[in-house]
Amino acid sequence: MERLNISRSKITNTINSKMVLVLLILSLFTLTLEAQSRTTKVTLEVDGVCNMCKARIEKAAILTKGVKFATWNKDTKELYCIFNNKKTTLVKIKQSIANAGHDTKEIKATEEAYDSLENCCKYRTLEKH
Amino acid sequence: MKAIIKFIFIFIPIVIQSQTTIKGMAMIKNNAGKTEGLPEATIYWLDTDIGTTTNDKGWFTIEYKPEYKKLIFSFVGYKTDTIFVNEPREIHHFMQEESELDEVIIKSKKEKTAVSYLQSANIVTINEGELLKAACCNLSESFETNPSIDVNFSDALTGTKQIKMLGLTSPYILIAQENIPSVRGASQAFGLTFTPGTWIESIQITKGSGSVVNGYESIAGQINTELKKPLNDDKFFVNAYGSLDGRLELNTHFSQKISDKWNTSLFVHGNLRDSEIDKNDDNFLDIPLAEQINIMNRWQYTDMENGLVSFINFRLLKDNKQTGEVDFNPDIHKLSTIKYGSEINTERFDISAKLGYVFPETPYQSIGIQIAYSGHNQDSYFGLNQYNINHKSVYSNAIFNSILGSTLHKYKGGLSFTYDVYDEIVNTNNYARNENSIGGFFEYSYDNLDNFSLIAGLRLDHHNLLGTFITPRLHMRFAPWDKGVLRASVGRGKRSANIFAENQKLFGSSRKINILDTEGQVYGLDPEIAWNYGFSFLQGFNLFDKKADFTIDFYSTLFQNQVVVDVDESPQQVLFYNLEGNSNANNFQAQFNYELTKNINLRLAYKYYDVKSDYKKGTLQKPLQPKNRVFANLGFETNPNVNGGHWRFDYTFNWLGVQRLPFTSSNPVQYQLSQKAPDYSLMNAQIAKVFSKNFEIYVGGENLTNYKQENPILASDNPFSEYFDSTIVYAPILGSMYYAGFRLTIN
Repeated sequence: MERLNISRSKITNTINSKMVLVLLILSLFTLTLEAQSRTTKVTLEVDGVCNMCKARIEKAAILTKGVKFATWNKDTKELYCIFNNKKTTLVKIKQSIANAGHDTKEIKATEEAYDSLENCCKYRTLEKH
Repeated sequence: MKAIIKFIFIFIPIVIQSQTTIKGMAMIKNNAGKTEGLPEATIYWLDTDIGTTTNDKGWFTIEYKPEYKKLIFSFVGYKTDTIFVNEPREIHHFMQEESELDEVIIKSKKEKTAVSYLQSANIVTINEGELLKAACCNLSESFETNPSIDVNFSDALTGTKQIKMLGLTSPYILIAQENIPSVRGASQAFGLTFTPGTWIESIQITKGSGSVVNGYESIAGQINTELKKPLNDDKFFVNAYGSLDGRLELNTHFSQKISDKWNTSLFVHGNLRDSEIDKNDDNFLDIPLAEQINIMNRWQYTDMENGLVSFINFRLLKDNKQTGEVDFNPDIHKLSTIKYGSEINTERFDISAKLGYVFPETPYQSIGIQIAYSGHNQDSYFGLNQYNINHKSVYSNAIFNSILGSTLHKYKGGLSFTYDVYDEIVNTNNYARNENSIGGFFEYSYDNLDNFSLIAGLRLDHHNLLGTFITPRLHMRFAPWDKGVLRASVGRGKRSANIFAENQKLFGSSRKINILDTEGQVYGLDPEIAWNYGFSFLQGFNLFDKKADFTIDFYSTLFQNQVVVDVDESPQQVLFYNLEGNSNANNFQAQFNYELTKNINLRLAYKYYDVKSDYKKGTLQKPLQPKNRVFANLGFETNPNVNGGHWRFDYTFNWLGVQRLPFTSSNPVQYQLSQKAPDYSLMNAQIAKVFSKNFEIYVGGENLTNYKQENPILASDNPFSEYFDSTIVYAPILGSMYYAGFRLTIN
């Protein structure tokens, strides 16, 4: 009698652990799906010239709450950005980039922010042609 | 006629297609300090008729072909500049007024040895420029201009150089090649001499326990060597070296692009020393006769669009050494008591593959897989001692990189599996063992992109002989103010000591080997376990307007268990036993780097070591370890001319304080050594004449003051007596040594 009990509880145990595993995998799967829907990938133009600009732009973007990833290409002037659209918006990201002194099409940096840039980063005077 | 038209129609599009242009701007700072374009400046490709002038805003457009490399900017009253262009890109160039040349040039050059202000771990990177300073010849000799690593001679027979870090010998350092552990197990004694210097692209030295990603074995630190990559390597390279002590080395590299995605390199190294040298007249060769053939073939697959990079390497090595009495002839005298001699013959085969994949849509995620196999066979004898070891090893590691929330929080997670088969014959005893381990690791890193970062790692391993254990490691960096960096680290390491392979110099003595413990899993001994604690402070500053930095390091290694190598109990014995009591290594280092002028760099270091263990006799300092060391390096480079030609001068000074020598007082008087070795200093210097980027010659000297240890071999007059000992070496055996060589590159 006792022995039976043990084996039965063993069976329930295995079933339970298998179920847990399946549930875990399922929940992970849904989590990833959910994460996918919450994630926005965007490429936007940001003005800048050099590697110092690159560091500044990327830092401004990534320190915006909700931004997962940001990389700026010096040659194409494009910022590739991945963010959680439940936690932040594109406008917010552009605003923090502007606060750091860099223009996007929609939001321009204030004169004050722009003036704080190093001389080699003054993209407004260097870029026009 | 038709044919001509056809020809034109086919040809014109080709011409049009291949005609790319690049755009750029010549700029100046005006009197108000603002940037503006420079009109009418002349822009042309060196050694061509292709040229243009800038428009009224300073912009220009110029035809581009891959064979055009040097773009010249010139304008009256301004300095003419040459810009190297390797790919079509937009070029913004600041022109300097002739009169203000020196004040405004802001030049950042790649430093030859770089300490990082940003990394969490205390990492020093040695770049190719620094490696050139040590003209010869392999990895073991690449650290002579770096104060973090001490290079010592291991014994008077093989002349092998041994490295130490934080006062601990190389078995306590994880030595990896492209992040795959390479100098371990059977290759511990000579492995560093199996990587020719010309193969090396850079070396990263991590002080302290280091990352958990590459395993649990590192205790004092990690040394990783990056080899030259087929994608970037020169088409053809040859380096020849000869020294007055009869050493000849030849290195040739070939690189070839196979297709858009495949590149391959072939490295062939050979070295030979066949002249018998016995300058100290002890009837023993001062340095062994040696020959080595070492061939590596590398394949690199690069597919940037799909985020794939892969390396496949094959390496074959054959290394023979002969040493002992000058007139020892292996065919007649091998394993006899007529003449003392030794041969060490090694064959090794390596194959390794790496695959890296970066998710194109989410570049913060990547996967890396490493697999390596090596077969190492050493047959050797030292007088009447026979030692053969065969070690087959499999190493594999899979790493997944991703982020938690944002790239400020990154992690690496993965699995590793290793398998080692040892077959060892020590005289008549056969020691065979298999080791295997499987482990998982997780490493979290945080960086606030400002003044704080950390790396916290943990791994869990199951090893058939070492058991199941965790390895925690933590590195932190905090920058309290500008250019000031505080670092701290703590970590655990565990390893099985390969007592014979690591201490095989002891076969070059009449010492009887005695293993006092029998209960343990490896040779009867327990695994070695140690905790390493480190603290470091770096401050960069400007001194007389030139860059300088000052570093203070303090590291402490505390052994929970150690395999004690005791040569102090009796000069006729070596004892191996588990530590009973304490063993620790404390190291303090103060270093000052200064750029005296734009072309002169000075590096000064003082090092203090307190390395002691509880031996059977009591607490003693580790023998042959100076308590105090001073290091200085001065490098000077002239300004390069148009072809990149210049002169390079380099000078290194080392002072080694008093070292404790192993106990010999029970020997007959003529075979006794004093308790301590005297302090001494060594100097090396090198001059290189670089004719162009493609050709340079160099000459140099080591141990310029000709300092020698008087009697490096005890009882060299009676090598089969019980007093014979070639392992007590505290200074160079060979006096001053001069060398010359050249390096030729064809792109």
